[in-house]
Amino acid sequence: MDTIQQALAERVAEEHRHHGKALFFWVWGALLAMTAIEVYLTYQNLQPVKMLTILLGLSFVKAALIIGYFMHLKYEVSRMKWLTMGSVVACLILMTIFFFPDAFRILHLGVK
Amino acid sequence: MAESALHDIPSAYEPSLFGTYSKKIGMWLFLLSDSLTFGALLYAYSYGRISTEGWPTPFHSQSIINATIMTAFLLTSSLTMVLAVRASVHGDAKGQRLWLIATMLCGTGFIVLHGREWSNLIAEGLTLPMFPKVPGHEAASEFVNVSKTVPQFGATFFGLTGMHMLHVTLGVIYLGVVALRRKFIPILLVLWLVAWLGTPVYSPFHYGAHVLLIAAIVCSIILWLKPKVYDSSDVEVAGLYWHFVDLVWMFIFPLVYLMSAKIL
Repeated sequence: MDTIQQALAERVAEEHRHHGKALFFWVWGALLAMTAIEVYLTYQNLQPVKMLTILLGLSFVKAALIIGYFMHLKYEVSRMKWLTMGSVVACLILMTIFFFPDAFRILHLGVK
Repeated sequence: MAESALHDIPSAYEPSLFGTYSKKIGMWLFLLSDSLTFGALLYAYSYGRISTEGWPTPFHSQSIINATIMTAFLLTSSLTMVLAVRASVHGDAKGQRLWLIATMLCGTGFIVLHGREWSNLIAEGLTLPMFPKVPGHEAASEFVNVSKTVPQFGATFFGLTGMHMLHVTLGVIYLGVVALRRKFIPILLVLWLVAWLGTPVYSPFHYGAHVLLIAAIVCSIILWLKPKVYDSSDVEVAGLYWHFVDLVWMFIFPLVYLMSAKIL
């Protein structure tokens, strides 16, 4: 590794040293709790569309916690945050637009 | 604060655009592209799910419990992974190795449970034409006709979860190389023999186990041609990959398992 890469790696390592263990245990607990809620809802026989909305909402919260804290993106420079998340969200929106004309089928064909 | 710190680093080069080292940026770019692979597979599954009548709901209570334990394994492995990164930045080599091994064990537990889940579904008749028939299960299979009437289920389910299982397997191997370096190669070869000889000939894992042999050959070449001691930046980059695998499962678990549960 050249000098600049070593200096950057050392700076990142220095940032990591400031994070306490407790934060990671809290995030892990929150992820497990949300998983438990998802499984509980499965046994409640909710309307499929309502169930799908709640499950997807919880999944996005869980994804944000994993990306932000475990993958450390919360502590990266803002350029890194916006470019990485912006590009992946843009690509997923393009996929959704392609998928969208048929997405209304869920309301009448339904998830049974 | 982080951005201003960039300018403090003396170098003949311009400061890094993203304020971090290039290996990490490379891994992020790979993960972004990989997220589109999984995005496409999830969309394919969801499209089939809502547009196909007679879509099976094969996940009984036992399957849901099994998948929930798998999820707990993956979430716990993410915790042990951040603890491995933390140990590495504090220069605790022993702690780093132990937490990496704990992560690998959780990942292996996930793979074993997932393999059991697949085997049960295949025995019930939810299979792909390329999978060999399970002897003695044809007549009694609950979903024996589903493979013919709704072939989209098998194609999208096994495609999506198989791709994820492959990623977890490669993740365990990646962490094994970072944690144990050359010592991991004989372990990998033993795992290959156990997976190959310990599974029946009609199981898809009987041939799938050869992924471990291919990985052992590739890892051997890398470790012998370019031996190195993996530092905290390597552990952090490996951690990014591992968390991504966990992240993807956070979407597969509810969309595939919980939305197709058969709770009586």
